[in-house]
Amino acid sequence: MADYEWLKPIREMVGREYGRIIAWDEVNPAMVRQWCEVMGVENPLYTDAEYAHQSEFGELVAPPSMLQSWCEAGFYRDSYAPGSTEDNPYTVLKLIEAEGYPSVVAVNSELTFERYVKMGEKLYYTTRFDAISEEKVTALGTGFFVTLIMSYFSINDSGEDDKVGELLFRVFKFKPANPVARPEKTESGLPKIKRPKPGISDDTRFFWEGCEQGELRIQHCKACDKLQHPPAPVCMYCHSFELDYQLASGKGQLYSFVVMHYPEVPPFDHPNPIGLIELEEGVRLSAQLIDVDKDQLQIGMALEVRFETFDDEMTLPLFAPVSAAAESLT
Amino acid sequence: MTSAMEKNISGQAAIVGLGATEFSKNSGRTELKLAMEATLAALKDAGIDPADVDGFCSYSVDKVPEYEIARLLGCKEVKFFSQIPHGGGAACAPIMHAAMAVASGVAKTVVVYRAMNERSWYRFGAGSYGFASTPIFENVNYGWYMPHGFHTPAAWVGMFAQRYMHEYGATSEDFGRVAVAARDFASTNPQAFFYERPITLEEHQKSRWICEPLHLLDCCQESDGAVAMVITSTERANELSVKPVVIKAGAQGIAEGQQIMTSYYRDDITGLPEMGVVARELYKQSGLTPDDFQTAIIYDHFTPFVLPQLEEFGFADRGKAKEFIRAGHHARGGKLPINTHGGQIGEAYIHGMNGVAEAVRQVRGTAVNQVDNVRNVLVTAGTGVPTSGLILGSAD
Repeated sequence: MADYEWLKPIREMVGREYGRIIAWDEVNPAMVRQWCEVMGVENPLYTDAEYAHQSEFGELVAPPSMLQSWCEAGFYRDSYAPGSTEDNPYTVLKLIEAEGYPSVVAVNSELTFERYVKMGEKLYYTTRFDAISEEKVTALGTGFFVTLIMSYFSINDSGEDDKVGELLFRVFKFKPANPVARPEKTESGLPKIKRPKPGISDDTRFFWEGCEQGELRIQHCKACDKLQHPPAPVCMYCHSFELDYQLASGKGQLYSFVVMHYPEVPPFDHPNPIGLIELEEGVRLSAQLIDVDKDQLQIGMALEVRFETFDDEMTLPLFAPVSAAAESLT
Repeated sequence: MTSAMEKNISGQAAIVGLGATEFSKNSGRTELKLAMEATLAALKDAGIDPADVDGFCSYSVDKVPEYEIARLLGCKEVKFFSQIPHGGGAACAPIMHAAMAVASGVAKTVVVYRAMNERSWYRFGAGSYGFASTPIFENVNYGWYMPHGFHTPAAWVGMFAQRYMHEYGATSEDFGRVAVAARDFASTNPQAFFYERPITLEEHQKSRWICEPLHLLDCCQESDGAVAMVITSTERANELSVKPVVIKAGAQGIAEGQQIMTSYYRDDITGLPEMGVVARELYKQSGLTPDDFQTAIIYDHFTPFVLPQLEEFGFADRGKAKEFIRAGHHARGGKLPINTHGGQIGEAYIHGMNGVAEAVRQVRGTAVNQVDNVRNVLVTAGTGVPTSGLILGSAD
């Protein structure tokens, strides 16, 4: 797949270095001990000075996997030690997000160690924007793998800083395949039940996008000029793949109908009248009927589309008797 | 040697074993156990050693896998297994597939089964199915209906029924006459939910709405239970002690504009053209005509679709099934009594397989509501979906 135009400047950013982020504290026995307690690490090499003295290091060392924690921000958000820079290696994620990829998940966190770190050393790290993948489709969604490499150094009086380790951190920045809506709470404290949302495919998306804009879009074959609904990837009459859509007037007749009483499934109101509507353009679709007395329903009655949005997230074409639809405008 | 054009499964295989559990609203045991009870009963009925079974066929919606049945039966070489999609539309097709497997020599002894706790464990009519948003076909397809609350089989059938009534002048009472006849047969069938509980047309009309134009008494009751059968060659059947029920024809059908329950986009929605496909094929294979049947099993999960089925099979002209029904031809003592077990309306809803079982009993002469001199029985499967049908009969 060809790259998106907006990706070009992002790809040009690959290789850029960010930071340095400096540790608040020198590597010290108190933090090491607390870290070991929290993590359940019992190796005396990190906490028992006498034992460490007998070891090949001759003194206490910090657990290698503690590497990241030395340079974390302070308790308050974004409080980095003096001397840290303010440029942000996550800028690239924000640029991708702006193109409609809101979600992020960490997929790799790989530490590499050059050597053990000893008490009294002062660390910092820099971040390299290492790579961005092609657009990938995964079970979670569609997006880009972004790889950052953090290099950790020990400040050396000689001026030649000493690399102690590296972290490869990879995230997937994506648009979710199945956006999970957080259930809204009702007054009773129970989650609000929403209407089921339709499965939408590349073949049908135009219809639902039309609903959001108050347009009733009916699939049209550019080759044979016929209309079809429900939409499909190919014309069912001439098998052309050259399809677009026409805007329906939204007017039609009731071709058949039912009135649903049981089971009463929330969030729907019952009785719930459902119509099979034959549009002026000749195709049929089914939809909920509104602003109508169920006992007045008659095959052949004139109906008009009314778009209604549910749960702030789904717009459906519903149909009302023409007179009622006209009244609602006054 | 016969040419491809002349090849026919008619008369080559027979149902030689029938087994079933009781039908209930709560079986109190697993679907696997139901399947094993029915299967073992069918094999015992046939007098066939369970280890001899070398083929299986069921519905794709059945949740009991054939390999587990095979394992528990002690089958050593199973050479044929298939599953038929589309819910109750499958009802007759496992027998057809078994007959094809036997006729082709691929398998010798095929078990077909349907086992379900469709009442106590899950229900097809719940209206809430949890379709996800992944753009697989099924989710996209039901996306046209679910967001509107148009979400039950009764409602999908009702949409056809309303138009059928409008075009042909059929009424809710005509649907009611189907239900009354079914409940009459059920009232004398001890295996039926509604044994000794007949209804009147007035009671039908007074029963509450499920989904207009369908009353409660237009709908079958969801059920737990299992039915199994054994199919083998007619040649071998003659060596067994039971009377063979010959498979005279078997067919499946998908017609123009076919969808699952929502084929609303066809020029005409008052017929069941997929059942027409099945009818023509069954008549062609068997050489039989509508006058050759003494009784029939007409799929009746909901009453309205019984009428267009009678028309597709030529028992009545298009739009005229209501006259057939009003004359009582479908009822006890009529010229074509249908669903003599009580149908799914009156006996139980075992996804149509209990109807095939009744056809077997009618041919054997062992039905509780036995029709005289039964030679040929028509059986149909689920309506509004890709479907199937059978003609079963006696060898002579």
